[in-house]
Amino acid sequence: MADLLAAPGPAALAVAITTSIAGVSRAGLEGGELVAHVSRDELLPVMVRLRDDPRFLCEQLVDLCGVDWPLRPERFDVVYNLLSVSLNHRIRVIVTTDETTPVPSVSGIWPCATWWEREAWDLYGVLFAGLADHRRILTDYGFEGHPLRKDFPLTGYVEVRYDEDRKQVIYEPVKLTQDFRDFQFLSPWEGMTTLPGDEKAHVTRLAASAGGAAEVAKP
Amino acid sequence: MTGIIEKSPAVTTDVPGPLPAATATRTVQIDSHAINFGPQHPAAHGVLRLVLEMDGEVVERADPHVGLLHRGTEKLIESRTYTQNTPYFDRLDYVSPMCMEHAFVQATEKLLSITPPERALWIRTLYDEITRILNHLLNITSFAMDVGALTPPLWGYEEREKLMEFYEAASGARLHANYYRHGGVSRDLPAGLTDKIWAWSEAFPAFIDDLWNLLTENRIWKQRTVDIGIMSAEQALAWGFTGPNLRASGVPWDLRKSQPYAMYEHVDFDVPIARNGDCYDRYLVRMIEMRQSVRIIRQCIEKMKPGPVKIEDRKFTPPRREEMKRSMEALIHHFKLYTEGFHVPAGATYTAVESPKGEFGVYLVSDGTNKPYRCKIRPTGFSHLQAIEVMSKGHMLADAVAIIGSIDLVFGEVDR
Repeated sequence: MADLLAAPGPAALAVAITTSIAGVSRAGLEGGELVAHVSRDELLPVMVRLRDDPRFLCEQLVDLCGVDWPLRPERFDVVYNLLSVSLNHRIRVIVTTDETTPVPSVSGIWPCATWWEREAWDLYGVLFAGLADHRRILTDYGFEGHPLRKDFPLTGYVEVRYDEDRKQVIYEPVKLTQDFRDFQFLSPWEGMTTLPGDEKAHVTRLAASAGGAAEVAKP
Repeated sequence: MTGIIEKSPAVTTDVPGPLPAATATRTVQIDSHAINFGPQHPAAHGVLRLVLEMDGEVVERADPHVGLLHRGTEKLIESRTYTQNTPYFDRLDYVSPMCMEHAFVQATEKLLSITPPERALWIRTLYDEITRILNHLLNITSFAMDVGALTPPLWGYEEREKLMEFYEAASGARLHANYYRHGGVSRDLPAGLTDKIWAWSEAFPAFIDDLWNLLTENRIWKQRTVDIGIMSAEQALAWGFTGPNLRASGVPWDLRKSQPYAMYEHVDFDVPIARNGDCYDRYLVRMIEMRQSVRIIRQCIEKMKPGPVKIEDRKFTPPRREEMKRSMEALIHHFKLYTEGFHVPAGATYTAVESPKGEFGVYLVSDGTNKPYRCKIRPTGFSHLQAIEVMSKGHMLADAVAIIGSIDLVFGEVDR
């Protein structure tokens, strides 16, 4: 029992996070890992709480990254992976944002966040309010665009080579001798509901199934 | 330094337009100068470009520019199947390839909810520790070279060569092994290899003694490393230090003990902790870790039992060659696994391993297809390098070199 109190399990932590911290929209176990979804405006107080509250004590920000979901209204997830060295648990905090709304910077709470946030800015174009150093970090000097966005092509837009005549490195639009081939592996049995050329039949089928479902639901 | 009257960033940068009257009348003489350390510098450990603002020979500001080895690994991973992606992990930290693979295959296995057979986990533990010694040998000896000792690297490379032969015997490659697979390892160890590793493990501690005698009480070595680049425990935690660098600052934290994976629960080893957090302590921690790794290697060989090295599920593991020649079903499985690969259930996981440099994590998001939706690689050196300004401020230029050597950087993983 004493052990249980000393090191609460992730489920108990999830309950503690949802009940005691304002600004956490939902927290729970996802695949055995503790995930807390936090509203963007409340991020800083929540993070300070997670670092200083004796129940959480997340001394380390281990990782910060972006994830792009282009179809969502707020397309970016910013994911913070926190680690408590003294209590031996991990908490993942997720906030959402879009291309124009900045996320409060946590670099004042964990100094190591500066580079992680620069990286998220560089690769996804997520803005961070209060980040002192907002330069790019991984891409080339003078790079344009945010390469890890899903709408950025894998092959990029420019290529670099050394020009023998001009005796300098030059940038040119990328030339592919063969178009990039991205094979579709979803089979009709899983995921791909509409076969090519079968769109109309699919729409009728959808309507029929929706009507059927409604009828079933009525009584 | 007598000439410095005023140092104001507004004066040192190019401000357009006339200066305000109050500023214009001042006499300003700037003594500091910036030097560009790297990207091609033998002590830059690859392609580090460090812009150092110096006051005489004292570092005032260090601004590391990373990304010169950026290859877009995370973007490439999104367009390849899970099996095709493991080789990218060898190429991140090319000094400790198998530990990088380990993080990725563990993350995938977690999402797939599969557990490799016991022998595969023993082999992984064994090779993780071989990798740790490989990495520490390179780091300690090249660190020694950075501060002026040439013998350690010459000796160390010879020992590394022996370990890379074990790599080659198991995987076929000396460096980029691509040995770990989702659900096990690619093939069993060849006959007689464990005896060779055992023989090596009997001889190797003598080499550690030699290296220890060469450096530990060496006057020049101590003058160059003791009290250089001190990180307190609080600083090290705040700056995201992990692994030997964190343990050198006095924080007892090792993922192999605290969040055990593979077979680390079943082996007996100690985790060295130092107290001062300077370059010398980081060296000491690595030296003692090598001895502990030898201990783990010997236990792995003793406890390992014969058995399968991959899970026998044809949806994840390709069939054997001879099976393919006779069975249509096996041929179909082989074809499907090497074209389409397997589909991973939707979900996300952050899985980390104790790589020789610290915590190496993979944040893997799957959307249910055969390719990762997002794979964030958490490199170890990224946060260590970031703290270089804190560590080198007020030190001499030559100390900055010692600090870079002591935090164990490999740019393959920092830049990804």
